[in-house]
Amino acid sequence: MTITVKTFARMDDAANALMQEREARFMAGGTLLMRAVNEVDPSIRTIVRATDPNFRRIGLSSGRVELGAGVTMAAILAERELAYLHPAARAVGGPAVREAATVGGNLFAPSPYGDFATMLLALDATVTMAGGFGQRELPLEELLSRRERGALLVASIAFRRPAVDAIRFVKVTRVHPKGASVLSIAAQLPLSGGRVSHARIAYGAMAPSPVRAKAVERALEGRPLDATGIAPALAVAHEGTSPVDDPIASAWWRREILPVHLRRLLLGEYSARHS
Amino acid sequence: MKTPIQFRLNGEDVAAFVEGGANLLDTLREIVGDLTVKGGCWQGTCGTCTVIIDGVPRLSCITLAETCSGSSIETAAGLRRGSELHPLQIAFMERFAAQCGYCTPGMLMAAKALLDKNPNPTRQDVIEAISGNICRCTGYEPIINAVLDAARDHTRSRV
Repeated sequence: MTITVKTFARMDDAANALMQEREARFMAGGTLLMRAVNEVDPSIRTIVRATDPNFRRIGLSSGRVELGAGVTMAAILAERELAYLHPAARAVGGPAVREAATVGGNLFAPSPYGDFATMLLALDATVTMAGGFGQRELPLEELLSRRERGALLVASIAFRRPAVDAIRFVKVTRVHPKGASVLSIAAQLPLSGGRVSHARIAYGAMAPSPVRAKAVERALEGRPLDATGIAPALAVAHEGTSPVDDPIASAWWRREILPVHLRRLLLGEYSARHS
Repeated sequence: MKTPIQFRLNGEDVAAFVEGGANLLDTLREIVGDLTVKGGCWQGTCGTCTVIIDGVPRLSCITLAETCSGSSIETAAGLRRGSELHPLQIAFMERFAAQCGYCTPGMLMAAKALLDKNPNPTRQDVIEAISGNICRCTGYEPIINAVLDAARDHTRSRV
């Protein structure tokens, strides 16, 4: 079967090509798509690419961060201003994968992958979609909930620059130093007067796509990050989750260890090596 | 329909016609004839197909060949200078870092990508650099020690 590769200079043109052809797939870094191509997936007849410079642009203004969907994990790791994202970027594959793997591609990585998307969800990110309708913005949470539908092309991802010391991330794996997630947890924990204010917590590998832990967020509101303060949050740690059995871990095991790692993350017990 | 591509491979100009969707690994092995690049999983998982593209490590099995046009690619075939082995190759032999040898070309290129950027790596740097490369024989310790030896020898030889 012959595959046609179509390359476009503008994201909107790439998005149009994607919408016009049912058997077209967009290639960002290729780490997911090329697997399917190598396995001769008959549903792929066309690969669509974009060379638009905005696709790989990192925009840093005082209060906002905008990442082109084609920004690689290696590019994130090379940007000091994004140091709070480094633990999540480093959690993606080895160095060779990180040179190819993109921010946009991670949003579509099937569970148990997608650790970087979990971090972006905790940052309340929005995504800008490209398409024949022009560009439009929607919450990342909404994209993740319907990402299985085809013909979606993410142009960029944006979020408010967080307080750096409010960001925490942990990835739990069975293989070290690199392995697929048993689960991952990303948290944005702004403190006001020593108490949590507007927390954002996201889980990876605890559902078919990364999910917000909204019950935990509510339970943390106004509470200090100590053993007593986080107890109500731990009691509702499982709300909204639907983990699956896979070769990495059983759903039962994921449920068992989730509160353990959530507690450690909230209490700041992880060293830089873990997170 | 085949697409013409050109790139530099270990310092030499190479031109090839590739099928749409062809990966770089198959292109290097089957069209160009560089058999030092090994294929393990074709899924971007094992790291044995690691090459260096424009100075950074990449997995050739999940790299679309067409995207490499105009690039400079390094493989294990280009490590040796005439009869002189690369310090990494010498260290791998002396440290018994290869048993079955299948992962070795990928390990060498992952290690070279590290040393090209960081000539004095720590043990942790080496572990991180080869973290995407699977070896089922050695238990990794001889490989890590070999890369550290090569870094020391390479640094010493340039002083």
